[in-house]
Amino acid sequence: MDLLAIIRIAMRALSRNKMRSVLTMLGIIIGVGAVIAMLGVGQGARQTMQEQIQAMGSNLLFVGAGTVTRGGMHMGWGSTKSLVYDDMLAILRECPAAHAAAPGSSSNGQVVFGNDNWATRLNGTEPQYFEVRNWPFQEGSGFTQDDVTMSANVAAIGETVRKNLFGATDPVGQTLRINNLPFRVTGVLSPKGTSAAMSDDQDDIILIPLTTLQKKVTGQPWLRWIMVSAVSREASYAAQKQIASLLRDRHHIRPGAEDDFFVRNLADMADVADEAGRVMTLLLASIASVSLVVGGIGIMNIMLVSVTERTREIGLRIAIGATEGNVQQQFLTEAVVLSLIGGVAGILFGLTASYVITQTLGWPVLVSPIVIGIAVLFSMAVGVFFGFYPARKAAQLDPIEALRYE
Amino acid sequence: MIQVQEVHKYYELGETRVHALRGVSVSIARGEFVTIMGSSGSGKSTFMNILGCLDKPSVGRYLLEGVEVSKLTKKDLATIRNHKIGFVFQGFNLLSRTTALENVELPTLYARISKSEGEKRSREALALVGLSDRVAHFPSQLSGGQQQRVAIARALVNRPSTLLADEPTGNLDSRTSVEIMDIFQNLNDEGLTIVLVTHEPDIAKFAKRSIQFRDGKIRRDEPVQNRPQASEVIKTLPTLED
Repeated sequence: MDLLAIIRIAMRALSRNKMRSVLTMLGIIIGVGAVIAMLGVGQGARQTMQEQIQAMGSNLLFVGAGTVTRGGMHMGWGSTKSLVYDDMLAILRECPAAHAAAPGSSSNGQVVFGNDNWATRLNGTEPQYFEVRNWPFQEGSGFTQDDVTMSANVAAIGETVRKNLFGATDPVGQTLRINNLPFRVTGVLSPKGTSAAMSDDQDDIILIPLTTLQKKVTGQPWLRWIMVSAVSREASYAAQKQIASLLRDRHHIRPGAEDDFFVRNLADMADVADEAGRVMTLLLASIASVSLVVGGIGIMNIMLVSVTERTREIGLRIAIGATEGNVQQQFLTEAVVLSLIGGVAGILFGLTASYVITQTLGWPVLVSPIVIGIAVLFSMAVGVFFGFYPARKAAQLDPIEALRYE
Repeated sequence: MIQVQEVHKYYELGETRVHALRGVSVSIARGEFVTIMGSSGSGKSTFMNILGCLDKPSVGRYLLEGVEVSKLTKKDLATIRNHKIGFVFQGFNLLSRTTALENVELPTLYARISKSEGEKRSREALALVGLSDRVAHFPSQLSGGQQQRVAIARALVNRPSTLLADEPTGNLDSRTSVEIMDIFQNLNDEGLTIVLVTHEPDIAKFAKRSIQFRDGKIRRDEPVQNRPQASEVIKTLPTLED
């Protein structure tokens, strides 16, 4: 018997009990659909995280002032005074993997414009910052090196600050007060959104010249951080090592002693985030695949019922010359056809569900062809696995008993 | 061509051991028409199952066309059932929701013949039993006699040398029974070997030879005297319309 004939016979047998076949398939449809939708959601989230990290600059390194412990008390990051402007110059000079760098220090700022006020993060830096972080302006522009030299009262604001202080007003050229000092707004940064890797609102920020911050706000001449961009994503690992060893050398840290700084690699963070995304995807998919297993058990159940119901038919088939193999093949094919049709319908269901999730919840959903291929294979495997036992049972029936079965 | 030599058959039925056949020897030549008679428990069904290669003897030899069946594998037995033996059952055993033609085609699916050849042979077999006009009917749309004729067509479709019928008229009225026997007589006249189990003497008389079983042994084995022609008998019977 050729495969086509076997499949045709299986289809005929299944169509004799349409309602039952459809209900049995439903288990597989829901299972496959859930797996596809969950994998889609997971993949989509992973891609979004990747894009966010990409937006921060995937070859970005963050050098932060380390922690000190004074009298047994941990002072938190940025509490050392050893990270200085010359360190940055040294990094640019001596680390071949470093491409550009922006020094910086941070403070909190209470910002007032008109009747509105807003508390935000106040970063002092140099114009390279915008390049290193790959951060364009939606309006106006950043401050210049001259502004830094002159410690000018100019500020570039993030989208969140603009929204909260200015509303519909065009902020460029306006003057706002930061910690009671007047600053002229030079530009508004493009929104970057909330970073999954940094887990805070990146747009809730005001950037002013480093010298302005150091002299007029904090009064601290040291740096809290240096942003470094490596020449490439791959080079960021090398840059991390070069910077660490350079700074240990410059800060005279003895071998074995702890660093008074830290270097964080965004490529690293991207890897971590990617790994987290992968784990989440797997988790979602494995929860969804439980329903696929339940669907498979449904197939097994219905096939067992079918074998019992058709005992006489099986006896007859054996009597007129069907081999054990023929009978087993027939019932296995029925199970596989059942699960495969369910699988294909499940793919459609999963794609629809993915679309609905994207449309209504606004989550990005990414269904790859590989996932669909795997879903088809998996549903077939479910049919074979759960169809095997009933088919085996059918094939091993004693024809004499089977023919006598009422 | 059917040679059964000193065949014994034992069953384990729970704790007890049933000795169903106790040394049966018989030989049936090509072209014979034999009825097997006997009360239930006499061993006739066991004997038929062995003849039909559905069961193997515990002791003794069974040769079908010179081949020792008890030494064959399950797969070879399936092939023999498919090619050399046709089965007709009391309960017809047709697949419901499957047309007469498809029912008849069933054995051809397990034989190495093409789909079109299988369909051609099936139509021929249905014509032979006078059901050419019923090929597309479902069993539920056919009378008992017609259903049994479909079953006979199914038994014949792979052109076997032997037809084994287990109480083929058990579910039929007397006129229809004689009609079925008429078909059997015609098939036998064309050279088909027929072995038929029945407990009705009226049916057994249409055969050429009668074997009686009792307690797992052959009690009597004799030719049938004054064998009537079924086609003649039908004329004397009232039709259903009367």
